[in-house]
Amino acid sequence: MDINTIRGILTITLMIAFLGLFIWAWSSKRKETFDKLSQLPLEEDEGQAPEIDSRSESC
Amino acid sequence: MTYSDKVVRQFVVMTVVWGIVGMLVGVIIAAQLWLPQLNFDIPWFSFSRLRPLHTNAVIFAFGGCALIGTSFYVVQRTCHVRLFAPRLAAFVFWGWQLIIVSAAITLPLGITQGKEYAELEWPIDLAITVVWVAYAIVFFGTIVKRRVNHIYVANWFYGGFILTLALLHIVNNLSIPITLTKSYPIYTGAVDAVVQWWYGHNAVGFFLTVGFLAMMYYFVPKQAERPVYSYRLSIVHFWALISIYMWAGPHHLHYTAIPDWLQSLGMVFSLILLAPSWGGMINGIMTLSGAWHKLRTDPILKFMIVALSFYGMSTFEGPMMAIKTVNALSHYTDWTIGHVHSGALGWLAMMTIGSLYVLIPRLVGGTTMYSIKAIDAHFWISTIGVVLYISSMWIAGVMQGLMWRSFNDDGTLTYTFIESLAATKPYYVIRLLGGLMFLSGMFIMAWNMWKTMAAGTVRDIPVKEPAPGMA
Repeated sequence: MDINTIRGILTITLMIAFLGLFIWAWSSKRKETFDKLSQLPLEEDEGQAPEIDSRSESC
Repeated sequence: MTYSDKVVRQFVVMTVVWGIVGMLVGVIIAAQLWLPQLNFDIPWFSFSRLRPLHTNAVIFAFGGCALIGTSFYVVQRTCHVRLFAPRLAAFVFWGWQLIIVSAAITLPLGITQGKEYAELEWPIDLAITVVWVAYAIVFFGTIVKRRVNHIYVANWFYGGFILTLALLHIVNNLSIPITLTKSYPIYTGAVDAVVQWWYGHNAVGFFLTVGFLAMMYYFVPKQAERPVYSYRLSIVHFWALISIYMWAGPHHLHYTAIPDWLQSLGMVFSLILLAPSWGGMINGIMTLSGAWHKLRTDPILKFMIVALSFYGMSTFEGPMMAIKTVNALSHYTDWTIGHVHSGALGWLAMMTIGSLYVLIPRLVGGTTMYSIKAIDAHFWISTIGVVLYISSMWIAGVMQGLMWRSFNDDGTLTYTFIESLAATKPYYVIRLLGGLMFLSGMFIMAWNMWKTMAAGTVRDIPVKEPAPGMA
């Protein structure tokens, strides 16, 4: 196969992979997991809870 | 089981120490550009030897300690587990300090590979490889034994930074040793240049961007007390950023002996880079949406938001300067220096400073720094310092570019080089002032850190149970 055909196939493959990632990330199935994950930085160590509002306590 | 925080504390303290050292060397060479006599005719005090010392100190000592230290903290907290192999982590700390010290000795002696940001000679390069592999084992080992089923996005960024730096460091430093202090790269000519700037720009992309975005994705939500604006965007912009950065290097070699198509390729990928860069910037800034009032009272958030603004600005400026016609004006001028420092001081240093102000009290049993007023003073002195620095370098750079490309009717140059240098002198004074201000802010930080740590108590913090549904 011509090297340029391989290059073309590679480019298309990477584009599809990126679009796939986009669809995967925006799928509503992922939302719950992402919401939980995004709470991780808001946790405080034990015995160190500062005067933080209610949002961080829900996690 | 408790968190392994001693190594984090060590790295955090050394971040501030090396920040002061690195920026002090920067101020010295800025003064030398204004007044060349300040090298006192001592070879190891000359600009050419101190300049790589400055860049290595601020990037790998200040930035490196900040990245490794925060990554050890973040990976433990977001994985709900103690660090994997804490003794190996201690080796990473002491090894990294030893490498920094050996750089501080060899560079002023003139021992160098002559590759920008990869000046250190082969024995030190081998040491870096060993320490970096140990770092990767500690970090990824901790990820493997995590107690939450998913990996938080900050760890993806830290992981990308660690893996890519290993690749870049090894490929760009392949060389044939001649003596203990001299080696020659295995690449020659244009190939050597392309490899060097593949390395150089990805050092910017992965060490100085991806690693600090990891910091951003943990410490900005923490300080804002709100989750990251869009978790989805963080994933998409991560993959976009790391795939595109790889190809942008040739923009450092516009109008040189490398193939023309390669220059254009570098230019196009640099332009595309705007999208994922701004994805991260918007994600960080929008994390504050609904909590903007906090900016009025919280100087740490001010540091972070200004850092993100500078990130947005310099990642707009960068693609613009990568356009060949713009580059024809900006290349080799002080505009480049201004651009680099808007990224390095405005974005990286300010994000580091903000993150450390969140982290330091938590390492000694508290939640706030000793003096909030001192943080506010630090914020203003460094912001004004950066603005003075970059605006003076913009003006100086554009002026130099215009003077160098100006021709008389008979085809001779309108200005000699020395005329452009004389015209730049006042701007070098303003730049020196800006740098001095930024450096003095670091002294305020060191004092504040000292006070916070002296008043705090070091205790072992138990590893937190993962939230329900996370394990």
